[in-house]
Amino acid sequence: MSVLPLRLTDLPLRQPAYVDLIDWAALTPSEGQRLREFGLCEGASVEALHHGGFLGKGPIACKVGRMTIAMRRAHAAAITVRTGPETPGSELGA
Amino acid sequence: MSGLPLVALVGNPNAGKSALFNALTGARQKLGNYPGVTVERKAGRLSLSDGRPVELVDLPGTYSLDPTSPDEQVTRDVILGKQDGEKRPDALVVVVDASNLDNHLRFALELIALGLPTVVALNMVDLATRDGLELDANILSRELGVPVISTVAVRKRGLDHLRQELDGLMNGAPAPYTKGPAADFDTVRSEARRIARAAIVRETPSRRLTAAVDRVLLHPVIGFIILLALLFVMFQAVFSWASAPADMLEGWVTALGEAVTNTLPPGIVHDFLLQGVVGGVGAVIVFLPQILILFFFILMLEATGYMARAAFIMDALMARVGLSGRAFIPLLSSFACAVPGIMATRTISDPKDRLTTILIAPLMTCSARLPVYGLIISAFIPARDVGPGIGLQGLVMFLLYVFGVVGALIAAWVLRLTVTKGQSSGFLMEMPKYQWPRPQDLLIGLWQRAVIFLKRAGTIILFTNIVLWVLMSFPKAPDGVRQSEYSIAGRIAGGIHLLVEPIGFNRDISLALLPSMAAREVAVSAIATVYAIDAEDDVEALDKGLGERLQGRWSLATALAFLAWFVFAPQCISTIAVTRRETAGWKWTGFMIGYLFVLAYVAAGVTYWAAVAMGLG
Repeated sequence: MSVLPLRLTDLPLRQPAYVDLIDWAALTPSEGQRLREFGLCEGASVEALHHGGFLGKGPIACKVGRMTIAMRRAHAAAITVRTGPETPGSELGA
Repeated sequence: MSGLPLVALVGNPNAGKSALFNALTGARQKLGNYPGVTVERKAGRLSLSDGRPVELVDLPGTYSLDPTSPDEQVTRDVILGKQDGEKRPDALVVVVDASNLDNHLRFALELIALGLPTVVALNMVDLATRDGLELDANILSRELGVPVISTVAVRKRGLDHLRQELDGLMNGAPAPYTKGPAADFDTVRSEARRIARAAIVRETPSRRLTAAVDRVLLHPVIGFIILLALLFVMFQAVFSWASAPADMLEGWVTALGEAVTNTLPPGIVHDFLLQGVVGGVGAVIVFLPQILILFFFILMLEATGYMARAAFIMDALMARVGLSGRAFIPLLSSFACAVPGIMATRTISDPKDRLTTILIAPLMTCSARLPVYGLIISAFIPARDVGPGIGLQGLVMFLLYVFGVVGALIAAWVLRLTVTKGQSSGFLMEMPKYQWPRPQDLLIGLWQRAVIFLKRAGTIILFTNIVLWVLMSFPKAPDGVRQSEYSIAGRIAGGIHLLVEPIGFNRDISLALLPSMAAREVAVSAIATVYAIDAEDDVEALDKGLGERLQGRWSLATALAFLAWFVFAPQCISTIAVTRRETAGWKWTGFMIGYLFVLAYVAAGVTYWAAVAMGLG
């Protein structure tokens, strides 16, 4: 089920995926901390739900675990995901 | 500070903490501030099952003990016993959302590791069930090493049980066993995950109500239209729903005035009570219904979880002027009052983002300006419909709000390009589940706002009115000269009048401008007092409504210019004080006062000249 990684910004809506890699260097330390506190980390399941923005490109709302969070596209671009459900215990990215 | 044992309620944002706090303490709450910071301190009293009272304090929600914003800092400092004016809590009630366990347990583990006596409230279990989750509180308790109580705060379920556990904790039950200092973030997270999985008995994928509703409310076009419609309904309601209760209050004020006239002999005491107290404060009190309706909408938007969606929808627009959607929440609160609005900017972590939000917050039309708008609109704008269900008065009111908002966006854009230049910060926010708020929680919120407003009316507004009445009543004018012009206040106003005459302001307005800095509403009571004093014992004039009397003395152009002034003018002393405290000095406060004065002067001037040119002068 290995699929090509893609950015969270490009993930189709309501397509289950999991986080492959987060480019922490592209985020400020406090943004990184907040994302981690939201439960976003390598291996977490994620699903894009809504793309916002009526006047210009808006933020993205996505489900992480059982939580819905909103982030700007710049943050989402720092997150690489792979589609498919997370398989607990399996090594990621193999 | 009371000498009672202190219990702190702590947890993630959106864990249902405030509902639990309300359910435990009822309406007996005390709102205050932590010394030196403007974070609100909410405390209440709770009786244990043996009748012993403890003080319960509701701490700002946070995701960890590693704060990223000033309000989260307070939570950390209180829990660690480092907050000035607050002793270290004797016990903690950690509130976790049952349907978001792995996330909330991570923070719970961090808190338990501190070693304070702790009980965990597994809150909103009903919503977890709605989500298809079945949890075992006993497994959770065993794994965490502290008592875990299932609660549904909004239905008062589990509260007695929680009280009993607190009983045990306060009577020296052993503190939780801790495995030493908190481990690193990732270790705690995997531990939280493991425990959450162990405690979940059954998990069925179910249709989620929130996701379905969000498909509509977060839709780029439909969602935006719904938000605008909601705001429009809110401002229409402020006008139309309030008229009946406002008329009733006005009737009482009039009756009180008549009672004064009938019981007291004519003289200075009579004049003082009738003109200074009943006339002045009464003119403000009649706006209580409008203010409560506005707060009702804002509390509803907060409690249902819609506010975060509004921030999401507005983020793209806010990003264009260099702000984030998060700024939308303090700005919307500023419609009620700029003081809590500016305080709410404490959730914005980027300093320049936050400063810009503070600087534009006073441009959101606060509820204290409602009396001013209300008076002028009802006096000068005809009460007719311009469309089905759309009254002209409500429409004008809506437009005044729109001018404030547009002015604020332009101001933010200019500020971000100049004085608060810097990289724009991001927008990271949790979208809470939708919930139907408990009526009691709304009532408690409204009650607190009503008390704050009436206290203002009874203190700062009353005091300003008394000073004003004295300044306006002396020295006594000789026959044929208007008292309001001859008095001390009249002479001061004469000086101000020279400055504001070009923008169409008459002497009444000049007189009202200065005291309205104490509180916006005083503009109304000041004008009321002017006319009451000038009318003297002319009972017929006193019987006429204030609006009617204004129609005779102001032109429409003047009235419109006055409205435009109030959209932009620098706000009351309280706003200035809170800005000074939040920006840590006079530099930005002075800047704010200055740019708002310039804006107000230009806006009033342009309105006046344009209206005169159109023949409305």
